[in-house]
Amino acid sequence: MPKDGGIGASSKRREDVRFLTGDGRYTDDINLAGQAHVHFLRSDVAHGRITSIDTSEAEAMPGVVRIFTGADFEAIGGIPCGWQITSRDGNVMQEPKHPVLAHGKVRHVGDPICAVVAETLGQARDAAEAIMVEIDELPAVIDMKKALSGDAPKVHDDLENNLCYDWGFVEENREAVDKAISEAAHVTTLELVNNRLVANPMEPRVAVGDWAKSTGDYTLYTTSQNPHVIRLLMGAFVLGIPEHKLRVVAPDVGGGFGTKIFHYAEEAFCTFAAKACRRPVKWTSTRSEAFMSDAHGRDHVTKIELALDAENNFTALRTLTHANMGAYLSTFAPSVPTWLHGTLMAGNYKTPLIYVNVKAVFTNTVPVDAYRGAGRPEATYQLERVIDKAARELGVDPVTLRRQNFITEFPYATPVAVEYDTGDYNATMDKLEEIGDFAGFEGRAEESKRRGKLRGLGINSYIEACGIAPSNLVGQLGARAGLYESATVRVNATGGLVVMTGSHSHGQGHETSFPQVISEMIGIPEDMVEIVHGDTATAPMGMGTYGSRSLAVGGSAMVRATEKIINKAKKIAAHLMEASEEDIELKDGQFSVAGTDKSVAWGDVTLAAYVPHNYPLEDIEPGLEETAFYDPANFTYPSGAYACEVELDPETGVVTIERFAAADDFGNVVNPMIVEGQVHGGIAQGIGQALLENCAYDENGQLVSATYMDYAMPRADNVPFMTVDHSCQTPCTHNPLGVKGCGEAGAIASPPTVVNAVIDALHRGGHTGIAHIDMPLTPQRVWAAMQGGSPEQGEGHGSAGARQLGA
Amino acid sequence: MDTTLKINGEERVLQADPRTSLLDALRHHLGLTGSKKGCDHGQCGACTVIVNGRRINSCLTLACMHDGDEITTVEGLGTPEALSPMQQAFVTHDGYQCGYCTPGQICSATAMLEEVAQGWPSHASADLSGGMELTDAEISERMSGNLCRCAAYPNIVDAIRDAAGKGER
Ligand code: FES
Ligand code: FES
Repeated sequence: MPKDGGIGASSKRREDVRFLTGDGRYTDDINLAGQAHVHFLRSDVAHGRITSIDTSEAEAMPGVVRIFTGADFEAIGGIPCGWQITSRDGNVMQEPKHPVLAHGKVRHVGDPICAVVAETLGQARDAAEAIMVEIDELPAVIDMKKALSGDAPKVHDDLENNLCYDWGFVEENREAVDKAISEAAHVTTLELVNNRLVANPMEPRVAVGDWAKSTGDYTLYTTSQNPHVIRLLMGAFVLGIPEHKLRVVAPDVGGGFGTKIFHYAEEAFCTFAAKACRRPVKWTSTRSEAFMSDAHGRDHVTKIELALDAENNFTALRTLTHANMGAYLSTFAPSVPTWLHGTLMAGNYKTPLIYVNVKAVFTNTVPVDAYRGAGRPEATYQLERVIDKAARELGVDPVTLRRQNFITEFPYATPVAVEYDTGDYNATMDKLEEIGDFAGFEGRAEESKRRGKLRGLGINSYIEACGIAPSNLVGQLGARAGLYESATVRVNATGGLVVMTGSHSHGQGHETSFPQVISEMIGIPEDMVEIVHGDTATAPMGMGTYGSRSLAVGGSAMVRATEKIINKAKKIAAHLMEASEEDIELKDGQFSVAGTDKSVAWGDVTLAAYVPHNYPLEDIEPGLEETAFYDPANFTYPSGAYACEVELDPETGVVTIERFAAADDFGNVVNPMIVEGQVHGGIAQGIGQALLENCAYDENGQLVSATYMDYAMPRADNVPFMTVDHSCQTPCTHNPLGVKGCGEAGAIASPPTVVNAVIDALHRGGHTGIAHIDMPLTPQRVWAAMQGGSPEQGEGHGSAGARQLGA
Repeated sequence: MDTTLKINGEERVLQADPRTSLLDALRHHLGLTGSKKGCDHGQCGACTVIVNGRRINSCLTLACMHDGDEITTVEGLGTPEALSPMQQAFVTHDGYQCGYCTPGQICSATAMLEEVAQGWPSHASADLSGGMELTDAEISERMSGNLCRCAAYPNIVDAIRDAAGKGER
């Protein structure tokens, strides 16, 4: 029987009415009295020296309040990077300054040069056109290979070269891995590109800065996944504003997918300008601006080698990845190709020896940072593609090869420094075979053939590390922040609760799922619980939402705070019933004394807490409000198995997805309906990466995919119906809810699933020479591969022109 | 210049620069922020409203071209107390996540069912002479102008089927 409330129920969303009637309050819906508008004049060249900026004519134009240039920010900190990586040689990474407005040089198309503040946006734009900027154009470095060559122009003149870091992991394994590979019975090698993507939340970024003359207090309204992190980074590192004088509000946020984690120059600008101009300053990104200023995702070029013994056991794995950082280091950029990627290279398999080498490279492109999955999709893609290739080379069934190498005993310490607490990879694979109807595949393939189409089946298994993360561990790994989460639970006199959480919902439905947990714990209706988030003035210091961490970390903080509430409430109940505290039980919103028929309702106890006439004042304080900070003991490890069936039209190279099945193990599930939506969304973005999306630069560094006409987003007719299952549940062993996180799974697991299916279709159609095609598998690339062309060299290949790397 | 618009049944006089798009007029001049801007270029559908019964991208049309027109925005379709059938179906089928594309999806879907009822064929229709079956492919094709990055697409299709009285998939 499906439950109708509490943990495990598919409670309908309570954000519904607000969003469905147009009553949501997103940042661009906020307008402050007297606000001015800012327009950023951005570089239209990828690399150049600014020789002069003349704003005199523009300044005289109607409505102009003030024009800012890089010089206005000289005394101010740069946009900080939150993670430091140490290279193989023991040196810390090269970390360039990232000015709020470009100073001296422009380093990518879209780099802001001037900011025009005017009465209206139209006036700001008009004035920006009258600014005379002279730039001596320099050769742009776009290709990662060229960026590392000795004579390459330097993106940052004050750095030694364009290499941010050269990371080896685990360095001590290096020689053993080399030896194992040279002695292996079989080695499968694959070179591939993880294409550059743009997160593209439908809501563009917005920032509204405000400054109160009377108090000197600043407020920033911004489209953020983590307002406290923005307050900390911007306050402490950029503008020098102490936290108590700075409030950051992230109201309804229209999707994030990682790209709204980071602290951006526009946020710092609007906050700074509000004081400088003595009035609120608002910026709303246009879509094309979003393409050239939101941090991009992925953009890795990898060579991977998998060694197997004569019995097809994996014996060693070696990878070399070039990771594009773009022109500056975005907030968490250095961690993505390293700790979020290298630590996952064991996948679901008991490969004993692993070595990962990552070279991070500066280029004249938009900074690259975390995008849904962040590092883990890159790891999964390499691994699941190379395993598929190995199975084909060895003539073994890809499911069998995976099962043979699965980790089956837990906890399991991988050779790449993490310990999986729990999982059951065979169980999700069994479930997948059932829901994906593997048995019926050959019949469907025959049927496709009769219609002149090629059908292929691709499978994948994946693991991810979520719930980031234990603060002491990430501190050792270079994080400049802790990664706990917080919650304050405030019980009102009449029994209703308000939870102020550091987690932030931008589509994840916390307003619905978090109350389910409390409802279960106390036994009161879900609608007695209200969730408040997104405002540093109300919620305790929290780290926000990313890395599928809200329920696992933020939810755990809420559970801890609620436990404290219940413990105190039991003391009050014991006093009211003149019983011993140890004998008090809480069930269905009633406190009772074990073994008696005495009871008192939740509401009576909460009332007593605030009207303490009959109350143990000598032992406990009045009131009922508790805060907890939860720092996880380990990552969580969601895992699962995915299958995709494609149909390929050999005449045109067009690939359509006919069936898609996902068997995930997310541990315990609080709201299955919301989990299903999260999985759908992740899969759709993964399908987008595999078949449609590509952020492309030409060799001069022009961004050629800066609109929805040039960057192909998945639309309703590209996304198939999917069978998703999360009945295989091995609860997380170290958080109180036993949950693992579900937000990124689809985006991590689906790209290799789709590509494996297309390669399978091609092989079944006799195109056995095609070992790999780089994403996105557009009709053009597939068709070219079928004609015997080089599938990797398709046009519009973006910065992955570094494709030859490692070859 | 003055333009008289009949918005959600109420006559409103707009005074704005003639270059003002209908979307900016709604959001910035008339205080109706339900319609969203995702691209301002007619490429995402977040700004979809219904003008004289037809769905259009309000970012692609000037407000002053609509003097006397009847405009329905998401605010005019239903109220929190009385959701429209389409809004109700989005609740039942969880047809959204972050909610940003949702006003556009709802307006688009509402007008789309009307187009189908009137027999307008689409790229996915087998028969161009009208009377098409409201298949999933038909719905997806007709809704392909409304981007949803959260990709609630499967649930949106379910919601539309439901609102059209087509039952479960
Ligand atoms: S805002 Fe009008 S179509 Fe995107
Ligand atoms: S619900 Fe987020 S974009 Fe559609």
